[in-house]
Amino acid sequence: MTARERVAGTVANYVDERTGAAKWMRKNLQKVFPDHWSFMLGEIALYSFVILLLSGTFLSFWFDPSMQHVTYKGSYQPLKDVEMSAAYASALHISFDIRGGLLMRQIHHWAALIFMAAIVVHLMRVFFTGAFRKPREFNWILGIALLTLGIVEGFLGYSLPDDLLSGTGVRIAHAIIQSIPVVGTYLSFFAFGGAFPGYVFIPRIYIVHVLLIPGIFLALITVHLMLVWYQKHTQYPGPGRTEKNVVGYPLMPVYMAKAGGFFFIVFGITAFLGAVASINPIWLYGPYTPGQISAGSQPDWYMGWLDGLVRMAPPLETYLFGYTVSWNILLPGLIIPGIIFTGMALYPFIESWMTGDKREHHILDRPRNVPNRTALGVMSLTFMIVALINGGNDLIATHFDLTINQIMWFSRIGIIVLPPLAFVITKRICLSLQRADREAVLHGKETGRLVMLPHGEYIEVHEELSPEKKYALTQHEQPKAIALVVEDNQGVLNPKGFKAKLQARFSAANAENIAKPTASEIKEIESGHH
Amino acid sequence: MSKELEPLADPGLPEHVHRKADTDPIAAKRAERQVAVLFSLSAAGTLLFIYSFFFIKDDVFIFLPIMGTTNAHQLGIGIGMAASLLFIGFGAVHWAKTLMPDQEVIAYRHEMKSEESDRKDLVATAKEGAASAGLGRRPLIKRTLAAAAGLAGLPAVILLRDLGPLPGNFLNETNWATGTRLLTDPGDRPIKPSDLEVGGVAQVMPALAPGKKRTLEDIAKDAVLLIRIRPSEFQLDPERLSWTHEGIIAFSKICSHMGCAVALYEQTTKHLLCPCHQSTFDVTRAAKVIFGPSARPLPQLAITVDSEGYLIAKQPFSEAVGPSFWERKS
Repeated sequence: MTARERVAGTVANYVDERTGAAKWMRKNLQKVFPDHWSFMLGEIALYSFVILLLSGTFLSFWFDPSMQHVTYKGSYQPLKDVEMSAAYASALHISFDIRGGLLMRQIHHWAALIFMAAIVVHLMRVFFTGAFRKPREFNWILGIALLTLGIVEGFLGYSLPDDLLSGTGVRIAHAIIQSIPVVGTYLSFFAFGGAFPGYVFIPRIYIVHVLLIPGIFLALITVHLMLVWYQKHTQYPGPGRTEKNVVGYPLMPVYMAKAGGFFFIVFGITAFLGAVASINPIWLYGPYTPGQISAGSQPDWYMGWLDGLVRMAPPLETYLFGYTVSWNILLPGLIIPGIIFTGMALYPFIESWMTGDKREHHILDRPRNVPNRTALGVMSLTFMIVALINGGNDLIATHFDLTINQIMWFSRIGIIVLPPLAFVITKRICLSLQRADREAVLHGKETGRLVMLPHGEYIEVHEELSPEKKYALTQHEQPKAIALVVEDNQGVLNPKGFKAKLQARFSAANAENIAKPTASEIKEIESGHH
Repeated sequence: MSKELEPLADPGLPEHVHRKADTDPIAAKRAERQVAVLFSLSAAGTLLFIYSFFFIKDDVFIFLPIMGTTNAHQLGIGIGMAASLLFIGFGAVHWAKTLMPDQEVIAYRHEMKSEESDRKDLVATAKEGAASAGLGRRPLIKRTLAAAAGLAGLPAVILLRDLGPLPGNFLNETNWATGTRLLTDPGDRPIKPSDLEVGGVAQVMPALAPGKKRTLEDIAKDAVLLIRIRPSEFQLDPERLSWTHEGIIAFSKICSHMGCAVALYEQTTKHLLCPCHQSTFDVTRAAKVIFGPSARPLPQLAITVDSEGYLIAKQPFSEAVGPSFWERKS
């Protein structure tokens, strides 16, 4: 026994004698995780969160969340002796007079962008592979909560420096609060401690940004990960992978090294971006004042879709009995986002109802094998992308020599026309891919090798797939439509009349698939050809 | 998934293929050296960070291809830190991929739900617990408890009352009153019509009572844009025309959509554009909305000149400025 093994043994003993956890720890050190690049997306989000905590703590040592007026005396000459809020002055101080301050500010901002991007792409992976299905619905909802919180947290974060750009963003948030019917004016006066911009908003959102939301984040992430651990990770279909097992590498040592190493890679890339790619150069914008603005005002990307919706909203306000309802703000700013996020959170239950499938699933779907869901996902993405494009319409206009009116009308029409179009096209593509899979299983894959037969005919040689590949392409289940029961055999009408019809309609759409090869078809080909 | 739905039998896990480093000691040694080099590069990155932090001054600039002129101190600490982190990561992953076991193992999973008997026991226990508390048999307790618990949430809401004052009439009022002088911003000087040429634009603020300092809250409501065009170009009703002076027209600069500063004036088309959401207002037609999401024109301020020839407000704004709110009269 080497000295190191003795130390490891002693430590294990020490812990076990005090916790009795030997069996539990051994089991968990051997915990198996399936390996796939798409399973690292959630990891990126997790690691970015850690980077945000570290870099944010550093920034908080100097940031002064105060809206008191000060006269800037720091080393950035263009703003010397300019009146500004203490928050903006301290953000300049961090950027110019603290060594490493600018680097950490940029790392913090890049990490926030990567955090949100990783969450969104992770969500797409989970959605398109059906990983949200039973028993993982709770974790899906937790994920939606984390996404929503992330958007709020990011917005509050870039509002803190109180520069001209972020102040304009706060102004818009203020207008959204103020537009809420009946209570909006009161809510805005409570949130801002009086009139906009007031003196309390930055200190208030600071404590929300550095304590309240990160605390909720920590709690939700913990539960999110515990559920992944406890329910065991899903896996992609393939030979040897079933609903009853997990195939992969043990936590110790392979996954620890890979995941730990990956943390450093994510941190390193974020630091690299912070080092070479300038982000949010607040000193160029100047301090916030409500009477000024910079052209090309853009929110961060994860807010862009919201801004794009607001930009394309029709100029609609109603005046009724002396009261004003601003549909042009309410609709894009609150109602549509509310519908989108509620719909996302409820999707696992909606799909389970549409398909009538109440079973557990641990093998992931290949997106093409569930055309309806995949098309729905692409449809929603198309909606978001049109909105996002419109959120940058001023920049697109200047870069591509278009007018803002052209882009705005493209978006206004596109946001209605393009999503259904995307649905139809995606569904067709999925079905074509299914057809291609069927072809490949039955006739092998095209090799591009042409052979002339003795009687002069040319044929392309097809190469038979490996049994593993064939299995992976045929193991999935193809759902059957739910039969609509209009009345039972006693002649009693189905009490769920309309709902049952709707469900039957959805499940029929869901069952539209290219029939996968059957056992007899495969057998026939095999005996005939070779 | 039932087996009969699978047309092909599961061939099972493919046979494990050994890597070169598993069988060839020389390859293994090479992999070990590669990992060591990666870890050493990380250490070099840390040294670069330390050197740049302490010994490169903040005012040293170097020229780099692609990046252009770059601050050497910032770049040194940034690249040093990035390298020190990245190469630890690369090393660890390379180690795991080349030298740690790469044979996939199988673990088994079980359905999430408990045994039927356990679930029955849980339901029974819960029922028994509820029954022994007697809530079902004592509706008076149940109802008063529900009412009390509901009411107990109220203090948490009421406690927030002093977060801010009530709005009162604040949003309907500005510092513009009859006879208020228009002051340039920046500069705070009174302005004469002759100070503004045709085609010119100026931002003005109301003169405040002596001793009163202009706050951001004031600016958020008071900011006004003066625009001078040829009087013949106005297409206004007689009342609105009387609110202009020698071709000078004054609008609230606070967007009637979401309150951004409507700062972009295009001289040729005489359009005002808000950079936030592109609401576009036609200056010649009393800031009528001709494009974008805003539902209302920018409020127009009636102006004239006083006895000394300086521009003044003829009367306060006739409507609330800035974004809409529930109580706004239209």
